[in-house]
Amino acid sequence: MWSFLLRLVLRNCLRHPLRTSLTVLGIVVAITAFGLLRTTIDAWYAGAEASSASRLVVRNKNSLTFSLPLYYRARIEQLEGVKSVSYADWFGGIYIAPKNFFPRFAVEPRSYFELYPEFVLPPEQMKAFVLDRRGAIVGRKTAEKYGFKIGDQIPIIGDIFPGNWSFVLRGIYHGADSKTDESQFFLQWDNLNETMKKLAPDHANEVGIFLIALERPEDAPLIAQRVDKLFASSRAQTLTETEKAFQLSFVAMTEAILTVIQIVSFLIIVIIMAVMANTMAMTARERRGEYATLKAIGFNDSHVVALIAGESLLISLSAGAVGIWLLYPLAEWVGHRFGSIFPIFLVAPRTPLLAAAMALLIGVVAAIAPAWRASTLKVAEGFRGIG
Amino acid sequence: MTGVPLSYIFRNLWVRKLTTLLTAGGMALVVFVFAAVLMLAAGLEKTLVQTGSYDNVVVIRRSAQTEIQSGIDRQQAALIAARPEIAVDSDGGSAVSKEVVVLVVMPKRGTNKPSNVTIRGLSPRGISLRPQVHISAGRMFRPGSAEVVAGSRIARGFQGARIGETLTLAGKTWTVVGTFDAEGSGFASELWGDVDQMMQAFRRSGYSSVIFKLGSSADFDKVRGALEDDQRLTIEAQRETLFYAKQSEMMSSFLSVLGSILSTIFSIGAIIGAMITMYAAVASRTAEIGTLRALGFKRTNILAAFLIESLLLSLVGGVIGLGLASFLQFYTVSTMNWQTFAELAFTFSMNSRVVIEALLFSLFMGLAGGFLPAIRAARLDIVEALRSV
Repeated sequence: MWSFLLRLVLRNCLRHPLRTSLTVLGIVVAITAFGLLRTTIDAWYAGAEASSASRLVVRNKNSLTFSLPLYYRARIEQLEGVKSVSYADWFGGIYIAPKNFFPRFAVEPRSYFELYPEFVLPPEQMKAFVLDRRGAIVGRKTAEKYGFKIGDQIPIIGDIFPGNWSFVLRGIYHGADSKTDESQFFLQWDNLNETMKKLAPDHANEVGIFLIALERPEDAPLIAQRVDKLFASSRAQTLTETEKAFQLSFVAMTEAILTVIQIVSFLIIVIIMAVMANTMAMTARERRGEYATLKAIGFNDSHVVALIAGESLLISLSAGAVGIWLLYPLAEWVGHRFGSIFPIFLVAPRTPLLAAAMALLIGVVAAIAPAWRASTLKVAEGFRGIG
Repeated sequence: MTGVPLSYIFRNLWVRKLTTLLTAGGMALVVFVFAAVLMLAAGLEKTLVQTGSYDNVVVIRRSAQTEIQSGIDRQQAALIAARPEIAVDSDGGSAVSKEVVVLVVMPKRGTNKPSNVTIRGLSPRGISLRPQVHISAGRMFRPGSAEVVAGSRIARGFQGARIGETLTLAGKTWTVVGTFDAEGSGFASELWGDVDQMMQAFRRSGYSSVIFKLGSSADFDKVRGALEDDQRLTIEAQRETLFYAKQSEMMSSFLSVLGSILSTIFSIGAIIGAMITMYAAVASRTAEIGTLRALGFKRTNILAAFLIESLLLSLVGGVIGLGLASFLQFYTVSTMNWQTFAELAFTFSMNSRVVIEALLFSLFMGLAGGFLPAIRAARLDIVEALRSV
């Protein structure tokens, strides 16, 4: 009996090949778009996702645009539970044109790369970087995008730190895993500081942030408090938080845009739901006579409902499967194309599950109204349309 | 022979209410999204256009992109302020303002989430350079005091920024004595205080920018040339309007890219919906089409009738979508501008361009969705079609 219904469902799907294929196409587009939008949201959080809970970030309490004096480093290092301290500055700048964006930091080479084991660099390249004050390190993705090779001169026009800078590429780092940002550029903080000493002595020996490696990650809240207390009455007060909280505060600043993308990702599902519901409503309207016939020869309401729901689910779920299958190559293309905005653009494991749930929802919702009508249809009424 | 009567077309839509509603509803949502993105872009543009005055000139350090990145020391600022092209105010003083601009993290009201707020230290002269700014409640800060006034968006959105409340900035307590309206300009997302107090509190030895009004608008090129060629200065001078437009280039292009990608994807869904509906309409009315042809209506009449039906359907969707989108005007979007790293609030703004583009977009969807079905209807053979009765 049920295998007969299944065959009927399959046949029904193929009765209007054009209509079915158009509906499938619509759902494929919607599910793929939904997956891409969810991946975009995840990409927004990628920085926070990749950050470590055993690292603390110390910044000026006013805001990130204010610096901290370098001598804080020695005082933080003395705190119990602190393994090591490094520091960095957001260098900014423009490589040829503002659109060629990749993050640029001035760092203290040894301690910084010790703190970030996820940036993998061959030892001889690391050595060359440490030895060359004008040296620079760049991530694999950025190196590939701009064709940088070791030994190349890279000119950067300073915006925060004025001047025409030129760096010699000494190494290309790789990420330890797929979640590591491979787009960053590092120069020596000493290089920056020497120039500041000459041009703007006021701003010399000042750093953007301190990074603390902890002995035990569970001490994070305690040590953060201790650092802030240490400088509570100094001229530059600090705000210390885990690297994750630090990254999330960036996400929070653009939350409005994230909310919009989130709303839009569900709107597209609602739109395609309307399309699918329309398809099913038309289909069921045309087949009133058939449903009446089935009922007249002894099938009951649940069979008719199964017939309609089955067709709706078959269309939506198979289209959903195609959509999810297409999502992966498309996400890879987007990640490649917009690498400078989203260094990490990966489909999360839960995204296909969510997309499949959406496809299921589309199928169920589209079947409700026609199934209700068909099940409450009186046999005599159903035959009335047949002339 | 004239075309198929409009009432016939209209009644066809009316008779299949559920299908019409679902198809038009899908289109309405697409138009809603399309219009929303256009309104956001229009709102951003409106905010930025109103922030600058054409006759004002902003001077920042060369190759600095924003006032935050810029630094102009006192000697350089004095040289700039001495230019003869600067307008003279009614009281005989010259219309120039040396300002300090910093970013400070403040918690948002309600969510407690931190965000970067622009704090501008300026003099009374600087206030008069922005005629669009009016005190809407309370009073202006007194020069030389630890008082601040908050732009309306900041007063509403951030903790401690309402009149009578106090803020702690750079370890110092400031009293909010007034709120100002800025006619929708970006200044509404700023907090203003006395320039000397701010410099002292934030330990700035120099200014961020120098803003002045031109005595004669035509003097701009002259004064820019003179300033930028001066060996003692390392600065860039721009008209204020252009300066603010450039501040949000990234945000504008992001919105337009997002908008075009979303509308393309969404419209595919809606076009398919329209196509399905129209194909079904053609299939169920084969006999009618045959009858119409037998009565003497030409193929082009049939084509036109189905196209008009599809366009009408999409127009209904477009009008509903625009109606929904018009409610967005009550919302303010507040987000970080990547270029300035600071909070910027702007509203969804509906103007005639948005309305026209959204309606054209909906008609395009109707045309694209209805074209193939209409051709099928027009190509039906009279005898075959009549046989299906």
